[in-house]
Amino acid sequence: MPREVRDVVFVDGVRTPFGKAGGVYANTRADDLVIRCIRELLRRNPQLPPERVDEVAIAATTQIGDQGLTIGRTAALLAGLPKSVPGYAIDRMCAGAMTAVTTVASGIAMGAYDVAIAGGVEHMGRHPMGEGVDPNPRILAERLVDPSALVMGATAENLHDRFPGITKERADAFGLASQQRTAKAYANGKLQPDLVPVAVRDPEAGWGLSTVDEAPRDTSMAKLATLKTPFRPHGRVTAGNAAGLNDGATASLLAAEEVARELGLPVAMRLVSFGFVGVEPEVMGVGPIPSTEKALRLAGLTIDDIGLFELNEAFAVQVLAFLDHFGIADDDPRVNPWGGAIAVGHPLASSGVRLMTQLARQFAEHPEVRYGLTAMCVGIGMGGTVIWENPLWEDGK
Amino acid sequence: MSTETPLRRDGEVRNPNEVITRSLLRLVAVPGLDRPAALVTLDNGLDHTKPNSFGPGGLASLDDALDRAFAANPAFIAVTGKPYIFCVGADVTGMPLITTREQALEIGRLGHRVYARLKESTVPTFAFVNGAAMGGGLELALHCHYRSVSGGAAALALPEVSLGLVPGWGGTQLLPNLIGIVNAAQVIIQNPLMQNRMLRPKQARELGIFDELFEPADFLERSLEWAAGVVRGDVTVERPEVDRSEMWDAVVGFARQQLDEKLHGGAAPAAYRALDLLLLAKTADFATGTAAEDEALADLVVSEELRSGLYAFDLVQRRAKRPAGAPSTGLARDVTKVGIVGAGLMAAQLALLFVRRLQVPVVLTDLDQERVDKGLAHLTGEIDKLVGKGRLDIGTAAKLHGLVSGSVDKSGFADADFVVEAVFEDLAVKKQVWAELEKIVGPECVLATNTSSLSVTAMAADLEHPERVVGFHFFNPVAVLPLLEIVRGERTDDATLATAFAVGRKLKKSSVLVKDAPAFVVNRLLTRFLGEIFAAVDAGTPPAVADSAVDPLGLPMRPLALLHLVGPAVAYHVGGTLHAAFPQRFGVSENLKRIAGSGQPLIVDDEVNPAVASLLKLGDAPLTAEQVRDRALSALAQEIRLMLDEGVVAEAQDIDLCMILGAGWPFHLGGITPYLDRSGVAEKVTGKRFLPKGVASLPA
Repeated sequence: MPREVRDVVFVDGVRTPFGKAGGVYANTRADDLVIRCIRELLRRNPQLPPERVDEVAIAATTQIGDQGLTIGRTAALLAGLPKSVPGYAIDRMCAGAMTAVTTVASGIAMGAYDVAIAGGVEHMGRHPMGEGVDPNPRILAERLVDPSALVMGATAENLHDRFPGITKERADAFGLASQQRTAKAYANGKLQPDLVPVAVRDPEAGWGLSTVDEAPRDTSMAKLATLKTPFRPHGRVTAGNAAGLNDGATASLLAAEEVARELGLPVAMRLVSFGFVGVEPEVMGVGPIPSTEKALRLAGLTIDDIGLFELNEAFAVQVLAFLDHFGIADDDPRVNPWGGAIAVGHPLASSGVRLMTQLARQFAEHPEVRYGLTAMCVGIGMGGTVIWENPLWEDGK
Repeated sequence: MSTETPLRRDGEVRNPNEVITRSLLRLVAVPGLDRPAALVTLDNGLDHTKPNSFGPGGLASLDDALDRAFAANPAFIAVTGKPYIFCVGADVTGMPLITTREQALEIGRLGHRVYARLKESTVPTFAFVNGAAMGGGLELALHCHYRSVSGGAAALALPEVSLGLVPGWGGTQLLPNLIGIVNAAQVIIQNPLMQNRMLRPKQARELGIFDELFEPADFLERSLEWAAGVVRGDVTVERPEVDRSEMWDAVVGFARQQLDEKLHGGAAPAAYRALDLLLLAKTADFATGTAAEDEALADLVVSEELRSGLYAFDLVQRRAKRPAGAPSTGLARDVTKVGIVGAGLMAAQLALLFVRRLQVPVVLTDLDQERVDKGLAHLTGEIDKLVGKGRLDIGTAAKLHGLVSGSVDKSGFADADFVVEAVFEDLAVKKQVWAELEKIVGPECVLATNTSSLSVTAMAADLEHPERVVGFHFFNPVAVLPLLEIVRGERTDDATLATAFAVGRKLKKSSVLVKDAPAFVVNRLLTRFLGEIFAAVDAGTPPAVADSAVDPLGLPMRPLALLHLVGPAVAYHVGGTLHAAFPQRFGVSENLKRIAGSGQPLIVDDEVNPAVASLLKLGDAPLTAEQVRDRALSALAQEIRLMLDEGVVAEAQDIDLCMILGAGWPFHLGGITPYLDRSGVAEKVTGKRFLPKGVASLPA
């Protein structure tokens, strides 16, 4: 049967404010966070008849308890979508939501879906990293992977070893800039439109409302220099140059471009290409370099064609390794202009969609930019990159 | 955070056992507002099975939270509840502790004073009713300037009148002025008197009690967003104009007339007091109206009717769930298949109940195939009807259809664990049924009889395993009346009894353990009671006089209407059994025999059928209404005392529970023994009270 690939567009994305593990969401269920996002997406896009949603893909790294039970399906039901709408759970650790997007996008491109919801959730307070894992003993016995590969902070220290030019001072400076850019973005109202307020209950304090990210803080190079290096004595990775442990959820709406236009849905970004690549697990932070090269190659583009970057800041060192590789300055204004995960937090499987939602808003402000890129590193040694086109791009400028 | 709530000037009405519902204040940033909102969460620290309620401590905590809320100069103040529960009203556990009218007055005034702060506030106030809101909980919401309700709120009501109170924290004044007198009378008077009917959230929204209804998934988020919109002026809340014409007085007048038909004046003062307050609400300013509420509440709190109502409430809420004298639940055997002997109307009703609640195979048998087919057809028709009414989903209906079967051959009972019979009320017939069945069923299969008056012991006498026979007496209509009399025969063993109680619980009935005595509890008392009415007619009292003689009790129906409902033939049959057992107290009324024999309906268009009345032969010694009433009440007191002495039930409480659940006798009588105590009849006839002072009455 002859078939043509359809253009896939990112219609809209939202997220909960990100909390600190044990913080604002200590008494809130993980599934409720992502349900809230799905409901808000539907509310913001009333032109979309709910029964037109063909799939709900929700990512979580630890798929047990309130992040288990095929969370894409149960979250769809609990969000009030019709029972005819299917759903599934997806996992690629930190790139869970990103993979949810690329997977449903692939289904849309080949005609299996018209409209899909993709998102992710990680409640690291209720599900600490490594909860319930059972690594195969062969990993150690056969030296398949360096033991440090399972501790993300240790892989970041390894990365510093490989790239001696990336000093602790550079990493701290990047971390500080992330905080400052986030503070400025908040002050200018750039981040608030993405956020879905969440009612939060505390048995002792009563109901409250979470409306802003909990993690961002006021800091300085002097303060950052005093922080401990928990992953290695006299190491370089600190809480100040890495993302924290966070709770949060994201969701996005994707559609075939022709269907989005038919339904009157906004077209915020057009998918150009994506790439996932594996690397040595003990230096998982380099992952986005080959995955970006792959996505560029598939798109027939070069790094110079990319006008905006949303890079997940799992660790400053890992972003700096990427920037060094592609010859981009540490403070390049095209990179994470509104700060990143070091400031707002990184609830693992949810973060991919945050990058996309923010890139979409920046596209709207920058019609002179044609292409943008979202990328992130992934545990056990992977990188993921998605390249997007700005539908507002004005040709000839 | 401290768990101590400062008690201020209201400390004197403190209840030491109050589970204090705390008002937790949080200042919350709401998008779109430049100042925080003050959000108060009502939370007693327990899960939803122990709902929030307000005693003096809870009100003091709210008062304190409001002090702090106002001090914060918020954009608005909102009150919401803990998960599933907003607040279910005043703390009734504290009410029996109130001994003086002054204390009662103080409770009313305290609630009014604290709630009024929300009404009089210059800062906009909101109630976000996230869950159950009853009585004083709903009244709190009514004081707020605006209200939203969750589509998941399970119970919304002002049930005070059912207990013997009035909505005394502003409800009678605020509600009619919000939703009009017709709707307010329905919520405050009608619903409480109709088995305490609750409003669903959608209904409550349509009545106008709430300005918005939001889905439960994001109820609080949407409510806060809506409130911010209202405060900014982006959202306008529109409410229909309340009709203040003479229609208001007409509605109250009509409601009073309806009450008179039911309560005949003064039997239950609460509903009348509520009506008075609703009428006042048309013209009175709020201060005057609430002062009148205080007075009404104070009178009612120290009334005998309320004490009886609180006692009855406790019986229904607690004793009904933990039947006195029931053996350990651990002894109960599993019931995985049920047999029903008889395919008549009663048997089909039982089959429907068993299959719906137990969801196990249910087999019907009768003497011939035609009856079996008819019974099954009726049963499957009833299942489909439930689907049609939306009370059963099609998946469950399909399951039920697959579970019911019928056969003339009783061999289908071989693997049944529980067989219930509903055949003709004749000892020999029933004994024959059991004897035949015993050859088919296993030795532990429970044999349950739905007899209304025959001896369970006699029925089991000739069986190889008499220990597995138990009485299982339902009340007609089976689907409606909640009572199940479980009768222990002389040889019934604990495992059989425990199984019967377990089945009763699964059938969602309230079971009461009864000794094997003629006609058990409800039928014995109703027969004795009606017997005195008929004796009066036989003696020459005009039927209308005899029939209305007990009106002051405010029973759900008059004696002749009750007789009509039960069926004169059935009543005559039960009467015969009791006459045989106790000939001195249970007479045989020739007139009742004539009515039963006529085969004609006793009541036509709410009047005694003239064709039947013409059959009656009256003596020449008529009694006055007062004499009839005195004899009927004395007979009840005497019979109850004898039943307690015989050990028919464990305590007077069980008699009352039976009369409330099986005969619909009202809360304001406490069933019946509290009324017999407070009217002095118990002491006069039997030499002592049934219940010590204070149990179902004002303390000594």
